Amino acid sequence: MIAKSILPLLGRSGIVFLAVLAAVGIGVPLLNLSTSTDSFLHVPDYAVTLGGKYLCYALLALSVDLVWGYCGILSLGHGAFFALGGYAIGMYMMRQIGARGVYGNANLPDFMVFLNWQVLPWYWHGFEYFAFALLMVVLVPGTLAFLFGWLAFRSRVTGVYLSIITQALTYALLLAFFRNDMGFGGNNGLTDFKDILGFSVQAASTRAVLFMLSALALGLCFVIARQIVNSKFGKIIIGIRDAESRVRFLGYRVEHYKLFIFVVSAIMAGVAGALYVPQVGIINPSEFAPSNSIEAVIWTAFGGRGTLWGAALGALVINAIKSYLTGALPNAWLFVLGALAIVVTIYMPKGLAGLFAGWPKVEAKIPAPQAQLDGAE
Amino acid sequence: MTTETLLYLEGISVSFDGFKALNNLSLAVGTHEMRAIIGPNGAGKTTMMDVITGKTKLDVGRVSFRNTELMGMDEVAIANLGIGRKFQKPTVFDSHSVWDNLELAMKANRSPFTSLSWKLSQEQQERIHKTLVRINLEPSAQKLAGALSHGQKQWLEIGMLLMQEPELLLVDEPVAGMTDAETEKTATLLRDIAKTSAVVVVEHDMDFIRALDVRVTVLHEGSVLAEGSLDSIQNDQRVIDVYLGR
Ligand SMILES: Nc1ncnc2c1ncn2[C@@H]1O[C@H](COP(=O)(O)OP(=O)(O)OP(=O)(O)O)[C@@H](O)[C@H]1O
Ligand SMILES: [Mg+2]
Repeated sequence: MIAKSILPLLGRSGIVFLAVLAAVGIGVPLLNLSTSTDSFLHVPDYAVTLGGKYLCYALLALSVDLVWGYCGILSLGHGAFFALGGYAIGMYMMRQIGARGVYGNANLPDFMVFLNWQVLPWYWHGFEYFAFALLMVVLVPGTLAFLFGWLAFRSRVTGVYLSIITQALTYALLLAFFRNDMGFGGNNGLTDFKDILGFSVQAASTRAVLFMLSALALGLCFVIARQIVNSKFGKIIIGIRDAESRVRFLGYRVEHYKLFIFVVSAIMAGVAGALYVPQVGIINPSEFAPSNSIEAVIWTAFGGRGTLWGAALGALVINAIKSYLTGALPNAWLFVLGALAIVVTIYMPKGLAGLFAGWPKVEAKIPAPQAQLDGAE
Repeated sequence: MTTETLLYLEGISVSFDGFKALNNLSLAVGTHEMRAIIGPNGAGKTTMMDVITGKTKLDVGRVSFRNTELMGMDEVAIANLGIGRKFQKPTVFDSHSVWDNLELAMKANRSPFTSLSWKLSQEQQERIHKTLVRINLEPSAQKLAGALSHGQKQWLEIGMLLMQEPELLLVDEPVAGMTDAETEKTATLLRDIAKTSAVVVVEHDMDFIRALDVRVTVLHEGSVLAEGSLDSIQNDQRVIDVYLGR
């Protein structure tokens, strides 16, 4: 029954995407943990971490696609939500260090001892609990997106102006988090993590689980996003993207629709950031850099906006190229990224997903309502 | 038939950077009345619809609908009061099917949460179906709206208005880009609609106006120049001078 109702919802491309994701999500950790290092099937530890990072980027791209590809809101500040989710989990891991820090202070993280702080700031309280940190991963990006969106959408800020203020948002956070007296580790951010829920963050097995969780989060968010965009809600936000005033004159409160999708998307970005930080082992203000948010938009455009799985694929492919090039030709990366952005804009408006357009039209239609009608008459 | 006043514009003026697009315009439309509005380009016909639907704020005057003051309401509130609008440039959702366009327009709870769990009932499907037949788009139900001809898009937009079940339809240039046969069908359709709701139609096509066979208001430079039957309008020297005679 459930399968019957969920399969048409995902479309064939969606099912393929989920199947591949499941295979990778289970296969990579298995091949990493259960094969010996000299086996040709062995996946090395560094590859697990790298892959897990890519999966988080893929989730970030998916969240960008949800607002941009479907609702036409070009957010150039989604990196902010990603970073906030990362800081929330980073704060938890800082508290887990306890007395094992350089200064051996069980109550204060090292950077606070270094700054001669005596007591833990109030906003650090609660982060010693994992569940609280998880709640913040959702609440902080969600609340910020709600406040920001409420102001922006109610005042009908759209297009380029909206993009600019999203850039301003992430830039303002970048500057704020750089300050030592903000209490988030300033320039250095949060790092030297030891463990998460009692498991060492360095251990291969922890990395494998984080990889698996990243794949799971991407898959779940994909299904949720798919559910949203296939509903009447989804058709309305596509309407907002294509003819906003038509939607308004039909009597829909456009700002409420935008706000809802913006908040959902920000939460997904926050979850991506929260999975990212334990895998890379550090979160610092550079994650708020405006260029990060712009890169996420390029991944989405490259993969094909308005397809969800395309955006995720775009993030994976571009980051794989980036990792290769930063090793092989360190100076070339930015030029390649710029060139990719231009090529996609001009020659591949539908992105990578557009290359699969030759497939039977799976996305095109949910079962024709006509059929049901005929049956009724 | 037109005993009760549904829409009432009283001395409205709107200016853009000092230019008076509407100048002390007054107009009353009765319940179940169809009214044709004609006038030269730039006369203020579209601006008048913008004011009624809350898109443009007026400088002076008042607009009331069903004895409700529309001042201070936004487009959404006014649409939900029961005023539907077809734009001069046909505006439909190109990337949705014809069926979906009608479904989105259908009168229903408009909250985002309702939309997330929305399911069409049998009765609602039949209503969409009936509208499809009415606007001659039944064979194209599953086609993307973007693939329709210009005239078909006009019909689809009228169909969307019908799904909203408004008490008043504002229809801006419905037959622009239509063949003669299509124009004739549109006139029949609008006359049919006017049996159950009030309709205000703006058009330049005089044959179409004649086919509607309703009271005509001539706008010129933002105010009413003449009003009456089409015959009396066509014999009005002032109207001939500014509009018909050109
Ligand atoms: N937003 C605006 N800003 C400035 N001027 C405007 C605006 N909207 C309309 N106008 C001007 O107001 C005048 C009336 O325009 P309107 O579109 O109402 O004319 P119309 O009667 O609908 O003409 P047409 O038959 O060409 O559609 C025109 O001179 C137009 O240029
Ligand atoms: Mg006009």
